[in-house]
Amino acid sequence: MPITATNDFVVKFANVNGSGSASANGLFVKSILRSGVPVAARNIFPSNIQGLPTWYEVRVSGEGWMGRRGGVDLMVAMNPQTWDKDVAEIEPGGYLFYDSTRPMPPERFRNDITVIGAPLQRLCNMAYSDPRQRQLFKNIIYIGVLTYLLGIDNAVIETLLAEQFANKPKLIPANIEAFHIGIDYARENLKPLGLQVKTANGVGNRIFIEGNNAAALGAVYGGATVCAWYPITPSTSLAEGFTDWCGKLRMDKDTGEAKFAIVQAEDEIASIGMVVGAGWNGARAFTCTSGPGISLMQEFIGLSYFAEIPAVIFDVQRGGPSTGMPTRTQQSDILSAAYASHGDTKHVLLMPRDPGECFEFGALAFDLADRLQTTIFVMLDLDMGMNEWLTEPFQWDDAKQLDRGKVMTARMLEDGVNFGRYLDVDGDGVPYRTYPGIHPSKGAYFTRGTSRDRYARYSEEGAVYVDNMERLLKKFETAKGLVPAPIEQKASKPTRFGVIHYGSTGPAMDEAMATLEAKGLYVDALRVRAFPFPGEVFEFIDRHDLVFVIEQNRDAQLRTLLMAEGGVDPARLVKILHYEGAPITARFITKEISAQMGAPVSPSSEMAK
Amino acid sequence: MTYIAKPKFAHPSLQPNAVGYTRRDYEGRVSTLCAGCGHDSISAAIVQACFELDLEPHRLAKLSGIGCSSKTPDYFLGASHGFNTVHGRMPSVLTGANLANRSLVYLGVSGDGDSASIGLGQFAHSIRRGVNMTYIVENNGVYGLTKGQFSATSDKGSKSKKGVVNHDSAIDMVSLALQLGATFVARSFSGDKTQLVPLIKAALRHKGAAFIDTISPCIAFNNHAGSTKSFDWVREHNEAVNRLDVMIGRSPITAEYSEGSTIQVEQHDGTVLTLRKLAADYDPTDRVRAMGFLQERAAAGEVVTGLLYVDPEAEDLHDALGTTSTPLNELNTADLTPGSAALSDINASLR
Repeated sequence: MPITATNDFVVKFANVNGSGSASANGLFVKSILRSGVPVAARNIFPSNIQGLPTWYEVRVSGEGWMGRRGGVDLMVAMNPQTWDKDVAEIEPGGYLFYDSTRPMPPERFRNDITVIGAPLQRLCNMAYSDPRQRQLFKNIIYIGVLTYLLGIDNAVIETLLAEQFANKPKLIPANIEAFHIGIDYARENLKPLGLQVKTANGVGNRIFIEGNNAAALGAVYGGATVCAWYPITPSTSLAEGFTDWCGKLRMDKDTGEAKFAIVQAEDEIASIGMVVGAGWNGARAFTCTSGPGISLMQEFIGLSYFAEIPAVIFDVQRGGPSTGMPTRTQQSDILSAAYASHGDTKHVLLMPRDPGECFEFGALAFDLADRLQTTIFVMLDLDMGMNEWLTEPFQWDDAKQLDRGKVMTARMLEDGVNFGRYLDVDGDGVPYRTYPGIHPSKGAYFTRGTSRDRYARYSEEGAVYVDNMERLLKKFETAKGLVPAPIEQKASKPTRFGVIHYGSTGPAMDEAMATLEAKGLYVDALRVRAFPFPGEVFEFIDRHDLVFVIEQNRDAQLRTLLMAEGGVDPARLVKILHYEGAPITARFITKEISAQMGAPVSPSSEMAK
Repeated sequence: MTYIAKPKFAHPSLQPNAVGYTRRDYEGRVSTLCAGCGHDSISAAIVQACFELDLEPHRLAKLSGIGCSSKTPDYFLGASHGFNTVHGRMPSVLTGANLANRSLVYLGVSGDGDSASIGLGQFAHSIRRGVNMTYIVENNGVYGLTKGQFSATSDKGSKSKKGVVNHDSAIDMVSLALQLGATFVARSFSGDKTQLVPLIKAALRHKGAAFIDTISPCIAFNNHAGSTKSFDWVREHNEAVNRLDVMIGRSPITAEYSEGSTIQVEQHDGTVLTLRKLAADYDPTDRVRAMGFLQERAAAGEVVTGLLYVDPEAEDLHDALGTTSTPLNELNTADLTPGSAALSDINASLR
């Protein structure tokens, strides 16, 4: 039986990279959003500019589930290279849409799916002679066919085309014409599918934005003035986003001068070096990178920790180790960030769940860096960083002032306040600092990565060194009270099972929890939002017999951190790991937890297909 | 003994400069380098240059990498903020510091290991970006703190103290700096303070990337026969192209020069550099010919010193970025945070 579903299905576009499909697919997604139906869309793309396969997976969910579901109901198969794999991925009863210009042998199809062919290339060749037009308009033509097949309102697409080409109005009629070639063909030759989009009111005032761009905007609101970066997928668009936002929001209206400085550095080491230099000198500075960059930055991160210099690093995680899978998502830098550098170090990590928190934590990171005088990591990943997600509108409290932390002013020095750069005057482990150049005779000190006493004087004495290292631990305790607290979602019935998850797993986890409850399986879920772990994290573990720790890496890195920092018995923390590079799905989590709760003795779990 | 500050007494006859500081106010802690180290002479030259320039000590930030030379910022300008960063990475830290506050004077001190080996990349990129700084390499051709390994500026064929002959080609940092677009390039010798002090003064007043390669013999590991970085070798082969006098603002010119014997260059801030020519045809405003001259004299075994190149109208990184004249570290919440009204417009554009 063909699947019938309204506002609840998955469409996957299989395309060739560089064929211009991205903007057509984006148009498709926007049209569903404008119909008031929530959509979660994900690019699955290669490290390549032209020629390799790329996919775009669109989850239409009237109920608002924003994680990946798993499975495909309608495959738009536009890439002969991946045909067989794409056809195999379709759910039984699902649909296959393809370009029927060239006939395919029957054995390349399946009996249990509905096949819809439209001669896209022929339609295109009849209408256009220019090869580039034939390519680009083919994409718009298939959008036209899909619009008819799925019952999307034509007017919505036409409005979007007009908006998209507002700056090049000549292109609007040509695109609308191509769109209608698709619709007209479909109306005459095809029937609407069992999958339908019905106008609803489920989107509300939510916005649609990539996490990288949201984090970049957060950096603007957080007062960042210096950005030093080196291009690396998947973080590049964060620096580019910051550049764009600064161009709009940070130019002095009277003088045309920039209230920011952005440098594309020669490598990641120079990037973090500039950030440390700017932070030392009292500007709010950040870099954005991915795993390989974190590896290169280790020495400077240690300097920031030990010499106590504010810095912010946005780590948009991708598949590692080494070059790994540069265009696939993972949460596999947790440990290398948490303990970055040689020697004994610990760093603050913020773990946003979606673009909304990318914005919020993106701004907060700068206050924390100044308050704690150390490196703050914001741990995004490719899934939330490079995909547009539906998220609540950004909010800002105009009463909020940037918190510059403990900075001793010229006035305080003049008044004779005792200044020791590494003196713990408040008992929270956080000393005062001075900005260079503030006072002619007081407050200058020599910053170094070598051991020194409370007054910044070089010392290799054991007691002096230990005094400093212990104070740094105390400062890390202070951080627990400043970072975002975890958020618990309780099951509707009391349960001895818990789940700990973080980052981009959140949306899939929400859906899995509801699915599990429908099956009579109850779990309380705690979403960890920062390291060091506030006390609530370990209280949560204490309240449950067994806690599933869901992560998108191979080695259960957050679980390791929980064991190392909280002394938790490993047997009580069950790994659930999904690290094949595509974002985790609700179905995967549901299946794994169901299996574990049926027989909760084995502490390990295998990857699902 | 860097934790022991020098006693603060000073001879009563010490004269203050125009901003009220004595030479003593420009000193730092007691040096821990070997007695007779060339680096201590450079520190003394920095002290003298800053004193004579009437530079308020706290308006200068001194940064360094790792190594003997990089320890020296602790030994001069004790009232300035200093930053002993990580090995080879001073240039990036200085760049960031400069971005944060363009109103200070930046002095980077490094060595040949720090800048020609581990930090060659950062050296190159800070120069080509035109960071407004004075970058001094205290060049002794050897790794001193680790006891005498060759550095990348050791000349091919030169001999180590243990008698090993260096078979690798030397990196000439002056030629590199010229090629990379430095807008002030000089070479000097730690043993020639009368040449070095005016060069440091001119560099500190230069807007843009000012590079001074200062040959600074290592008394412990590289001052023997067979070394091309020893006091004797450098004295014998030093070919100074010019002698520099630096005039600040409208100071009266007291020295008398014979017609045609000098070149005068006025820098962006009004500093007048008067160069007494030693090599008849040397023109320090011609980058291409300077590069050719250096290659030619190096082939002849000479060490060319003096102000080798200056672009008096240079621009710096802030000019390229169009940064506001207010130091970025002084901008406040109102300057930086666009507020909720702007945010609702942004939200509206994302639907």
